[in-house]
Amino acid sequence: MPANAFNAFTDYGIGIGLRVPHYNHILSEKPTVDWFEIISENFMCDGGRPLKVLDQILEQYRVVQHGVSAYFGSAEPLNREHLKKLKRLVKRTKTPWLSDHLCWGSVDGRYTHDLLPMPYTMAAAKVTAGKIRQARDFLEVPIAVENVSSYAEFHVSEMTEWEFLSEVVERADCGILLDVNNIYVSSRNHSFNPFDYIDNVPASRVAQFHIAGHTQYRKYILDTHDHPVIDPVWKLYEHAIRRTGPTATLLEWDARIPSFQEVHHEALKARRFLENVEPKKIAA
Amino acid sequence: MAGAVMRPLTSRAGMQSRWRDGQLMKKMAAGFIKPNDRLTSFERLEIYNRQYWFRLQDCFYDDYPGLRAVLGDRRFARLAQAYLTRHPSASFSLRNLGRPLLEFLEAEPQWVAPHRQLALDMARLEWAQIEAFDNEAKPPLTKDSLLEIDPARTRLQLQPHLTLLELSHPVDEFLVQVKRADRLRDEASNAMEAHPARLRRRLRRRLKAATVFLAVHRHQDTVYYKRLEPGAFTVLSAFHAKATLAQACQQLGAVEGAPDDLGAKIKSWFESWAALCWLCRLDRE
Repeated sequence: MPANAFNAFTDYGIGIGLRVPHYNHILSEKPTVDWFEIISENFMCDGGRPLKVLDQILEQYRVVQHGVSAYFGSAEPLNREHLKKLKRLVKRTKTPWLSDHLCWGSVDGRYTHDLLPMPYTMAAAKVTAGKIRQARDFLEVPIAVENVSSYAEFHVSEMTEWEFLSEVVERADCGILLDVNNIYVSSRNHSFNPFDYIDNVPASRVAQFHIAGHTQYRKYILDTHDHPVIDPVWKLYEHAIRRTGPTATLLEWDARIPSFQEVHHEALKARRFLENVEPKKIAA
Repeated sequence: MAGAVMRPLTSRAGMQSRWRDGQLMKKMAAGFIKPNDRLTSFERLEIYNRQYWFRLQDCFYDDYPGLRAVLGDRRFARLAQAYLTRHPSASFSLRNLGRPLLEFLEAEPQWVAPHRQLALDMARLEWAQIEAFDNEAKPPLTKDSLLEIDPARTRLQLQPHLTLLELSHPVDEFLVQVKRADRLRDEASNAMEAHPARLRRRLRRRLKAATVFLAVHRHQDTVYYKRLEPGAFTVLSAFHAKATLAQACQQLGAVEGAPDDLGAKIKSWFESWAALCWLCRLDRE
């Protein structure tokens, strides 16, 4: 039984990101993997190898789309051309839900290709929620928004990040892709207790988890997705999954990518936490 | 904040100390970003400024190895900064980062002097590769369906992934050599020449001007270059300009050195193009 209205995929188990260095291994060896997450933008093209590989993957595996450039938090309206291409891909993959980030990154048609942090204001929450609703209505698929890692905070912010995330998802009536590594990174960069974050987001809206590694510098942590998951992040994941019940979980590894087996092995470490969690109905 | 993030870095890869109006960036950053116990507002903003430039420069570096070999690393880095400052990404996908590069190089040739023509050739080839990689492939015309068309009324289309290039240097061969050298260096760094820049300079010196007619296309999901005879290039270019089949073949007469056995040549070209699936949709007048 689904743990909540935004988590109808409690049986999805543990997925990994589909990445180019692993294509040949996956297509030739057909390893058993619960599901793959694709970066939508990498497949929003008109032809060629990306779509051919995707079609081959879709014949064998469940695929969920994850985007990096919807920029729900940018002040400008949603890009209709972008949405049309995204919808074509949604029809191709039949993704059961679609995620992107709670951030901004474009101004006047110029793209930073970064996930820039938002000012946590009520005005920003309203605009962002409105755009998420528009996207969901156009795409006709449930949307989950992901908390980003951040390195800066704004004077104008009126609330904590988790209050802002909660405000946005309640107003948009959408799900959350809770990235516990991002919570850890931001908690260290901004000196807050990461367990407070997890305890205060609406568990009833968590549709998916992300776990990943990062890089520790002298004065801050950078979200690099190029290392194994560290123990404190696993502890956060364990804590979060107890609140939400079994939830689709994905390991991100995007730079200095090791072998498929190593990435998959790292992802499957989540199993020991998932298996100890009872499926349950969670109150909002 | 976007203006600060997208502003060029200093030569030491840091954020510039003053804003465009002369105001201190420290003061400006402090106006909207909170400091913490380890980083000033300036330093926090600088993380994003650096990430923006490192990401775009990496992408440009990966997309244009040939242009980098033509210019050398230092001049390529200067070109990248000038180009990306003038043409920030206007697409959700970094795949399109190089779309206005040719226009930029034609308008501001000082960035590639004294190798202007060579650099233009290479930029055109490398953009054509990007287009060939993931542009649409329409249902191709078969050899049999070509036999049924009316040459006076039929316009043939070329596949969207195919680009025709008239080059003044054999940059296709040059790029293959550069990529081979890069690949070998990645696989066995000890076996390669200690100074890749020296190797690239030597390759560039060997490159002599020569007209090359080239098709850059995709076949079975792999990007290829195919050298074309001048006549074949003329016919395909005419198709691209929406000429009818008859008009395209008439233009052959104007091509210097058109082959004597024109009929047989045209037949073999069309057989080859049909096998490579280059021709698609018929538009009747």
